[in-house]
Amino acid sequence: MYNEKVMEIFKNPQHMGEVENYNAIGTVGNETCGDIMQITMRIEDGIIKDAKFKTFGCAAAVVSSSTATGMIIGKTVEEALQLTNKQVIEELGELPPQKIHCSVLAEDAIRAAIADYESRQGK
Amino acid sequence: MEKSIYLDHAATTPLSEKAFEAMKPYFCEMFGNPNSQHVYGREGAKAVSESRAKIAAAIGAKPSEIYFTSCGTEADNWAVKGTAWQYGDKGKHIITSMIEHPAIYTTCKQLEKYGYEVTYLPVDGEGFVSPEELEKAIRPDTILVSIMFANNEIGTIEPIKQLCEIAHAHGVLFHTDAVQATGAIRYDVKELGVDMLSMSAHKFYGPKGMGALYLRNGLKMEKFITGGEQERAHRGGTSNTPGIVGMATALEEAMSTLEQDAAYVASLRDRFVEKVLANIDDILFNGPKDMSKRLPNNANFSFRYIEGESILFSLDLAGISASSGSACSSASLDPSRTLLSIGVPVGTAHGSIRFTFGKHNTVEDVDYTVEQLVSTVRRLREMSPLYHKK
Repeated sequence: MYNEKVMEIFKNPQHMGEVENYNAIGTVGNETCGDIMQITMRIEDGIIKDAKFKTFGCAAAVVSSSTATGMIIGKTVEEALQLTNKQVIEELGELPPQKIHCSVLAEDAIRAAIADYESRQGK
Repeated sequence: MEKSIYLDHAATTPLSEKAFEAMKPYFCEMFGNPNSQHVYGREGAKAVSESRAKIAAAIGAKPSEIYFTSCGTEADNWAVKGTAWQYGDKGKHIITSMIEHPAIYTTCKQLEKYGYEVTYLPVDGEGFVSPEELEKAIRPDTILVSIMFANNEIGTIEPIKQLCEIAHAHGVLFHTDAVQATGAIRYDVKELGVDMLSMSAHKFYGPKGMGALYLRNGLKMEKFITGGEQERAHRGGTSNTPGIVGMATALEEAMSTLEQDAAYVASLRDRFVEKVLANIDDILFNGPKDMSKRLPNNANFSFRYIEGESILFSLDLAGISASSGSACSSASLDPSRTLLSIGVPVGTAHGSIRFTFGKHNTVEDVDYTVEQLVSTVRRLREMSPLYHKK
């Protein structure tokens, strides 16, 4: 049901863990739904210097977390806010229809982390 | 493909070689319709009748009490809907359990739309239906009690004889879904006392597309599949001769070595359970802890902090085929009704895997699976925001 690219990323996910000295953290989803994603970032001068994820969820959730995290590193906060789950799916090639909702998690987690960063900055 | 270890025998089993050989002549040579009045028909009719006798003998029934169906689900549908239709003027209340297979559960849910009332009995922490609870649930308008013989997810073997006696003491018919039990546990329908019993061939190394319903002689039962005069005019549709022959051959074979096979499969399962519990923390072993009260092939675990599909998929990549009761493996978001019914918390239920062993598995399969499972669980927990190393 998953394509080769998804399987490869699942076997060897990138950007997994927690950024040391992060100044942005976002956690979305809940255990009851079976999906939780946490993203931590180090943002400096409006640029996401580093980002890492941790995910409780199915393979699609893990793979879209890893991919989305990779896609925002080096980007500006504004650019990261533009990221949609559609772009994550495009990057992966495809996801089975019943797994589309798993990719929304990453988009939400990134927004939550940036909101956290902004509140820390007193914005 | 490197390794390939099949640990999903509750889903289906490979067809026995013996059954396959027995089926072959009935596809191209002896293809006659068993209802036809010529030599081709007679060959088919003879095969069907001999097969019926073998299946009857395997469960202590008379051949006239065995009705072939297209699968276990059809047999379950027939038992429940047939009873509802036949005895609906006597009452419209049915009792079943919270942990039935969807073949019974969704059939009962459907009947609720047509004016029937259904009581879904709760189960205890190991999946057992309580005889006292059953007795309390019986009402004057109760027409059927349907409780599974053994649970497909957690392997609990229900006290069928006792439950049946309670139903009968109140003049209520009793059906049991013996799809997982048949071929794995030796039973005798007369000793159990059940009025109806469902089975499915592909769970005991028989072919897919074959089931049977035992209907006690003398029991009036409305038809489910209407049509011709097949199955003593109780179930229309041309007999699946090769399927019937394959089912009977497989069951006869399973019964002839049942005790050895069950002991062997249980020894693999026990080794597996012991090693998993010794090597992985924060897990629940779901179902009866007393192994004599669960199906010999079944092990079911919930791994905390991680999700079932990820575990299943990781095992699959390592060549191990198991099954998940998890939400993400199906279209629904709800975790297993059975696991929730035995009190597994929703979040934990998401991380549940069922391993069901078979007679072709080996000790090496068990050890390799434990090794892969340990590393998979470790890897996924490192990835989980819920897990904090102790």
